[in-house]
Amino acid sequence: MNKYKVIIGFEIHIELSTRSKMFCSCDAWHFQVKPNTKTCPTCLGLPGGLPVANEEAIKMCVKMGLALGCSINKFSKFDRKNYFYPDLAKGYQISQYDLPFCYQGEMEVDGKKIGITRVHLEEDTAKMIHDRDGSGSLVDFNRSGVALMEVVTEPDIDGTSLATTFLKKLQNMVRYLGLSDCDMEKGRMRCEPNISLSCDGKLPDYKVEIKNVNSFRYVKKAIEYEIERQSKILEKGEVPAQETRGFDEKKQVTFSQRLKEEANDYRYFPEPDIPPIEFSDKEIEEIRKEMEELPDKRMERYKKDYGVDEANGLILIENRELGEFFERVVRELVIRGVGKEDFMKVAKIVVNRKVGKDDPEAVDNIEKIVKGLGELIDEDESVRVVDEVFLENEKAVNDLKRGKENAVMFLMGQVMKKTKGKVKPGEVILIIREKANG
Amino acid sequence: MNIFDLQDKYKEREFSVVEIVSDYLKRIKEVDNRIKAFVTVDELGAIERAKELDKVDRIDFDKMPLYGVPIAIKDNFSTKDLKTTASAKILEDYRPVFDSTVVERLKKAGAVILGKTNMDAWAHGSSTETSDFFTTRNPWDLSRLPGGSSGGSAAAVAAKMCMASIGSETAGSIRQPASWCGVVGTKPTYGRVSRYGVVAMASSTDSPGPITNNIIDSTLILRVIAGKDNHDSTCSALEVEDYMKGLEDGVEGMKIGVIKEYFLEDMNEEIKEKVKKAIEVFEKAGAQIVEVELMDPKYAVAVYTIVQRSEVSSNLARYDGVRYGKGRKYFGSEAKRRIMIGTHVLSSGYYDQYYLKAQKVRRLIIDDFRRVFEKVDLLLAPTTPCCALKVGSTADQPMFGEMMDILVEASSLAGLPGISMNCGFSKEGLPIGLQIMADQFEEDKCLQAGKFYENERNIVSLEPDL
Repeated sequence: MNKYKVIIGFEIHIELSTRSKMFCSCDAWHFQVKPNTKTCPTCLGLPGGLPVANEEAIKMCVKMGLALGCSINKFSKFDRKNYFYPDLAKGYQISQYDLPFCYQGEMEVDGKKIGITRVHLEEDTAKMIHDRDGSGSLVDFNRSGVALMEVVTEPDIDGTSLATTFLKKLQNMVRYLGLSDCDMEKGRMRCEPNISLSCDGKLPDYKVEIKNVNSFRYVKKAIEYEIERQSKILEKGEVPAQETRGFDEKKQVTFSQRLKEEANDYRYFPEPDIPPIEFSDKEIEEIRKEMEELPDKRMERYKKDYGVDEANGLILIENRELGEFFERVVRELVIRGVGKEDFMKVAKIVVNRKVGKDDPEAVDNIEKIVKGLGELIDEDESVRVVDEVFLENEKAVNDLKRGKENAVMFLMGQVMKKTKGKVKPGEVILIIREKANG
Repeated sequence: MNIFDLQDKYKEREFSVVEIVSDYLKRIKEVDNRIKAFVTVDELGAIERAKELDKVDRIDFDKMPLYGVPIAIKDNFSTKDLKTTASAKILEDYRPVFDSTVVERLKKAGAVILGKTNMDAWAHGSSTETSDFFTTRNPWDLSRLPGGSSGGSAAAVAAKMCMASIGSETAGSIRQPASWCGVVGTKPTYGRVSRYGVVAMASSTDSPGPITNNIIDSTLILRVIAGKDNHDSTCSALEVEDYMKGLEDGVEGMKIGVIKEYFLEDMNEEIKEKVKKAIEVFEKAGAQIVEVELMDPKYAVAVYTIVQRSEVSSNLARYDGVRYGKGRKYFGSEAKRRIMIGTHVLSSGYYDQYYLKAQKVRRLIIDDFRRVFEKVDLLLAPTTPCCALKVGSTADQPMFGEMMDILVEASSLAGLPGISMNCGFSKEGLPIGLQIMADQFEEDKCLQAGKFYENERNIVSLEPDL
């Protein structure tokens, strides 16, 4: 289709689900909150405000690094990135420059290794609201200073399919680790692909960065558009300009925002308000020990312990709650004497809630046990039960709204209890999520 | 009269706090039109606070060690609802929504804030001449400068318009004006006193500290404002000592270093002479005086200039007029000059050559002091190379501050504590300062030596004739 080879690297920003902001004790939850109510001298950039680093966020960042097989800098620090914008309260962003918490890792996706350059921490900016009723721009500082983790990859991705799989896998990993809900619609996960085309397989000396694309579908569209656009330029014997481009969701095209020559000189220097951060081997090991089981590990275990096949296994791990439900059913069945040889079928039932046609007898048996609970209730009834559970579990609901992933499992458990398990778990999870998002 | 004397009078109900505070306010009215130490006088607030304090039934001086002490605050410390300008036009109408940690602790300890004192705008200078509002005069000679940047705080104490004041020092801003105004200026170790709520100048050296008439007052105030603060991660968690303990122990047996390089060639002869005389007082009392060598102070000036300008250029970026204050066009020429130099030395291609190199030399300066403090307990030196200069001296002298602060910049870069106190007067009747420096977190040694010298020095009067 194309004689050029596309080379893609990513910068991905993820808002962490810490309770307080990155450098002050303000509440970090900034969605559906009255503007400028979650602020303090520090995140407003008032004279004399000082940053104090959020230890929880640092731990989370290191966890991410460990999950991606990164080395951890035992001596790390924060730096100031200086530039002006009305959404940047202090006139600089506290970020990390030459000593990020994590560096040099990799992730295996579809049998291909994607290098992770670094994972570091910084703070989010305020939110700008432009031209409401034409009266100019407004700034909401509730988001100012929220903990932001940035994952940077090597230019190891060679197509839209690998790009999308990689992003989904990364998102799932973050959710497994409980670091963020990665809700892209809310901007809790933002992807910036760096795209260039190579004629000879070597890294060309230009790249085009697409800013803040907020869905996997748009990432794909943006890359496809760039491949076409850059190909045309190369066809003419020219080299595409090194630039930053935006993505127009309506027109499905990218558009130029800033050329390299206009790039900022950020005048990085070590943040004098925060002492350097040092880790001992013991501290890093402790963080490693606290790490939750990752999707790949879980997949391995499902295959090994339960004989689950690739296709069903993927569905089970793609959705953390579904996988956990599966394990719960398995535990039940073990008590009732069902053996390993039938777990694959259990997986299928959980995934499809349908009886497979290949082995009616055995499946019938499990189906009966799984359904020993009776007929399934319909979606309307599930919605009603979820409503009830929401009313009775205010705290868990609030936790969920704040991005606490564990709360989904808890609420799901409550629904199971009420219905004696007579629901489709995938369906219930969706209902719970939709309801939580209002 | 020190804080203890004042509190004795409160104990005996000889005076009420309202009476004392009113006296000081009256004094401000009488003399400040000539000295111009205050940017804001909070008459109503001070009287109201004094009334509250008078209502306290049984005064617990342990809980309120500064009960009823009328105090002035440099105008770069945030004071809730009270204008905080840093003597800069941009913040002319800025009223903070919070108290800086230092102010919060002073209030809790029972101090009464009389007002906010003038300074070089953003603390950029050593004269108060760069204040966007007006120049403060030296109480000892109204045609002369008080020094700076805490010039208003030093002049207010010298002119007895307050019992004590708070200043902040990045490199010299407490000690140099204290020297020129003949008062006691205490610059604590960097990280001993919280910077939260202080308009940031150079974040890696800013140190708040007291300016007082005597060592006891410095001791009491430092104990109140020092110590861990959860709002400032560069603030040390090290426990604050009871500085009163051992304050009267004298200097017998102490090893005191005298820095050869700090008696500069072109220094005022009278200063050299008075400081040497002061050193003799220490020697007579049994201190062992040794000559020590330190790096030439001119290197510290170069390092300080680069580091400080860099931090300033970034620290002043928040004053964009979007959330509060006036816009950038109101920056004075000194601030603009510093922003430009700082921006330049941090630019890509120059960073290694300037900032990184400066940080390396800074490391050498720290090591230099560490080496010396392995051998001695304290260092003695003149505070400034000359006595108070005439108003107008800073015109066309962009490096004025650095030249005036040459003898304190190295120790500031190393984060060391130091005190400047009076050791006599020039023929013209201008105060001369002696500085006492110690190793990190050894404020106690500085204060102890200072108290010894205060007891022994032969100075007739420290009251300027106003």
